[in-house]
Amino acid sequence: MSRIVVGAHYGLRGWLVQRVSAVVMTLYTILFAVAVAAAKPVDHAAWKALFAHGWMRVATLFFFVSLLLHAWVGMRDILMDYVRPTGLRLALEVAVILVLVGAAGWSVQILWRT
Amino acid sequence: MPDASLKKKRPLWYNLSLLNLPLPGLVSILHRISGAALFFLLLWLLYLLDASLASAERFAALEQTLAHPLAKLVLLGLLWAYLHHVCAGVRYLFLDVHKGVDLAAARATSVAVLAVSLVATALLGGWLLW
Repeated sequence: MSRIVVGAHYGLRGWLVQRVSAVVMTLYTILFAVAVAAAKPVDHAAWKALFAHGWMRVATLFFFVSLLLHAWVGMRDILMDYVRPTGLRLALEVAVILVLVGAAGWSVQILWRT
Repeated sequence: MPDASLKKKRPLWYNLSLLNLPLPGLVSILHRISGAALFFLLLWLLYLLDASLASAERFAALEQTLAHPLAKLVLLGLLWAYLHHVCAGVRYLFLDVHKGVDLAAARATSVAVLAVSLVATALLGGWLLW
């Protein structure tokens, strides 16, 4: 089998994005756990108040943007491993991108709806 | 060129059964499965967040819906998927910087990942869902 090497950084960017986004989401998870433990949001008012803080909205936005990037790299890896026909893989990759971009947009709408 | 006759003698026996995987392999495939599960249920989770923040009425309706045993089971599964994915992910970050790469350490941290995520799922799930 012959291989064509196409540049020194091939694949590095996705690898790095996956790691950086993982760290951001892990930090958010700890922040979220502490915030929930402190606020104990047992009803709608307290739950809504938690997400009314500007810092909570921005932190959650960082989480969802990281999720978008992280899930893209992960799902792309899975599709590259298991879906051999190029056309089908391309179609599924496009579907994944649409779901993730849609989810990110939806999260902004949820967070900044007054 | 490698000797072709040697290549022919290699046994073609790939045992892909999940339970026969070495522990780091089990953590690895569960990391992939949990990640895929989280992706597939992402839109449902966003819907839950949307409804829970929308109004007191929808929050109350959601509490009723999620009280169903099947909903609790799915949430418990997702909780495990998230916790396992994070624990295994932290392990991979350490492996990236060459911490814990020898066999004994790799096995020990694999057991830790499996155990911590299962125990945390039981404790958190028990506290949040029941």
